[in-house]
Amino acid sequence: MSSKPLSLFDKVWDSHVVRSIPDGPDVLLIDRHFIHEVTSPVAFLSLKNRGLNVLYPHRTFATADHNTPTINQHLPVADPLSANQLKALEENTSSYGISHWGLGNPKNGIVHVVGPENGITLPGMTIVCGDSHTSTHGAFGCIAFGIGTSEVEMVLSSQCIMQPRPLKMRINVNGNLQKGVTPKDVILYIISKLTAAGATGYFVEYAGTVFEQMSMEGRMTVCNMSIEMGARGGMIAPDETTFNYIKGREKAPQGKDWDDAMAYWKTLKSDDGASFDQEYHFDGAAIEPMITYGTNPGMGVGITQTIPTASEVGGGKASFDKSLAYMGFNEKDAMLGKPVDYVFIGSCTNGRIEDFRAFASIVKGRKKADNVTAWIVPGSHQVEKQIREEGIYDILTDAGFQLRQPGCSACLAMNDDKIPAGKYAVSTSNRNFEGRQGPGARTLLASPLVAAAAAVTGRVTDPRTLI
Amino acid sequence: MAYDKFTVLKSTAVPLPIENVDTDQIIPARFLKATKREGFGDNLFRDWRYNNDDTPKKDFVLNNSIYTGKILVGGRNFGCGSSREHAAWAIYDYGFRCVVSSFFADIFKNNSMNIGILPVQVSDQFLDKIFKAIEANPAAELEVNLPTQTITLLSTGESESFQINGYKKHNLTNGFDDIDYLQDMKTEIKAFAEKSRY
Repeated sequence: MSSKPLSLFDKVWDSHVVRSIPDGPDVLLIDRHFIHEVTSPVAFLSLKNRGLNVLYPHRTFATADHNTPTINQHLPVADPLSANQLKALEENTSSYGISHWGLGNPKNGIVHVVGPENGITLPGMTIVCGDSHTSTHGAFGCIAFGIGTSEVEMVLSSQCIMQPRPLKMRINVNGNLQKGVTPKDVILYIISKLTAAGATGYFVEYAGTVFEQMSMEGRMTVCNMSIEMGARGGMIAPDETTFNYIKGREKAPQGKDWDDAMAYWKTLKSDDGASFDQEYHFDGAAIEPMITYGTNPGMGVGITQTIPTASEVGGGKASFDKSLAYMGFNEKDAMLGKPVDYVFIGSCTNGRIEDFRAFASIVKGRKKADNVTAWIVPGSHQVEKQIREEGIYDILTDAGFQLRQPGCSACLAMNDDKIPAGKYAVSTSNRNFEGRQGPGARTLLASPLVAAAAAVTGRVTDPRTLI
Repeated sequence: MAYDKFTVLKSTAVPLPIENVDTDQIIPARFLKATKREGFGDNLFRDWRYNNDDTPKKDFVLNNSIYTGKILVGGRNFGCGSSREHAAWAIYDYGFRCVVSSFFADIFKNNSMNIGILPVQVSDQFLDKIFKAIEANPAAELEVNLPTQTITLLSTGESESFQINGYKKHNLTNGFDDIDYLQDMKTEIKAFAEKSRY
């Protein structure tokens, strides 16, 4: 008797269900739990108030990233509230015996960069973190998603979480990407087609030749933004690219453990005939370098396109108009040539070494535009080290850029890296919400190549003209 | 954290007919620096509610005293974006116990139920009726009945049923939370975890 074909999602989910509550959620065992300074303090406080302990401290990993400065990290953190959060993380992790890569630690960096970088993230895991971009880890064939603070407390105290089983969606992108089209453009394109709520209630699997040919860094960029179309998470079946990335990393299995792991990892793919509640197909060759014009990540267009009208987009006209008014844009405006005041490259979306290589490929031999303030923020100390070792640092400084220190930085503007009100920022981050990068800031989401083109020309420019 | 039990809520409502209200609007990141769950309501919808000099923006609904109540009614795709539970805390701390919309983002929905806020998902048509009823009369009341899973516009008597799973309904009506439940199954969890691959 042949068994029912299963999807990658089914295989990973089913192997983690401790209990299915009738007319309720599943209780899922969590393999890896990442925590940071902003969404964990109240969970620890509540844990203490209830008199509970951390069940498996070695399955939780802490790093400080959301609220850390990106210059002068050797000095005491000036903002007392931020310093207090960092202190709380240090004290909480220390008292429960949880690994902590705090500010100044050579392993420190953005949680979704350092996890994979150190081999903590492995195929087939369930991974959660009090951060919606936990979906990043889905690039390794994990079920990884963001949670709230009550859920952080749940995982600390029981290593489990309660989740209703989501619906399944598969997004297939086949064909060859054009020159200058990056993984960021692929995901911005998908979100522009599905809208900011188009995958809410679903867990997404990305499939097709475009993802098969993509690097791990690129896959992380794609999975990272799954949440921006509302998806619970996004995942890609692990393959040789995945295994080669993991092999030799600090916490990756070794020797016989590696062989055993590989035997399991190779089973982690959707069977032929696996069913999905929703399936989409896109042509990779049709994707242009993308840029957003509005205040949610679904409001994106090809860089040579014009801003659509409210009726073309659908949805409520009042909300669309409010969005364009905030941005200071009009329907039918061309995106090319729009003025740019700030450029930010970094974040858990595009703060990995490949992103800086891409940025440098355009910057090389050119100069930063005088009207642009650029914030170049590596995702981790490891990325920073590579930037220096590979000569990218010299390219950047020759062109008039300065390299900052790792952290979430202007992606969410919790620290001092805030774009001023009314200013336009081309940003490689993940959200263009009103005020996301600072009160009144106007964000245009794009790839590292588009960001580089903006940084050297001072306006929205098609990177293909500079390659 | 303990919260008030939710059974039947009869209240006027505050309308926010904007789509895709993200959690950065509900509470901007710069107000997430606390290490205790206190005072988040003061910064609910901070940048829509206050000017940069902290004076209230007169045209924002929370600054209009004719709109009051324990129910917040928002446009489609409410609570998208960041997983920050602070957004739900801010809504609760301000005094809301129920959010009504025609579509909710998943994480916000979970976070809300975990702290005792009931997210009520209605059809686009019913949402439109609610907005129109409040626009016509800000004193119009809604009744949200969790045991019967119905929401009623009391001015017209029109009602609609809403979905919630039996487990969460039981928790909300009794003030229980998931952490208590998981503590009770610790032996089962440990046995499962000991034989897990990772």
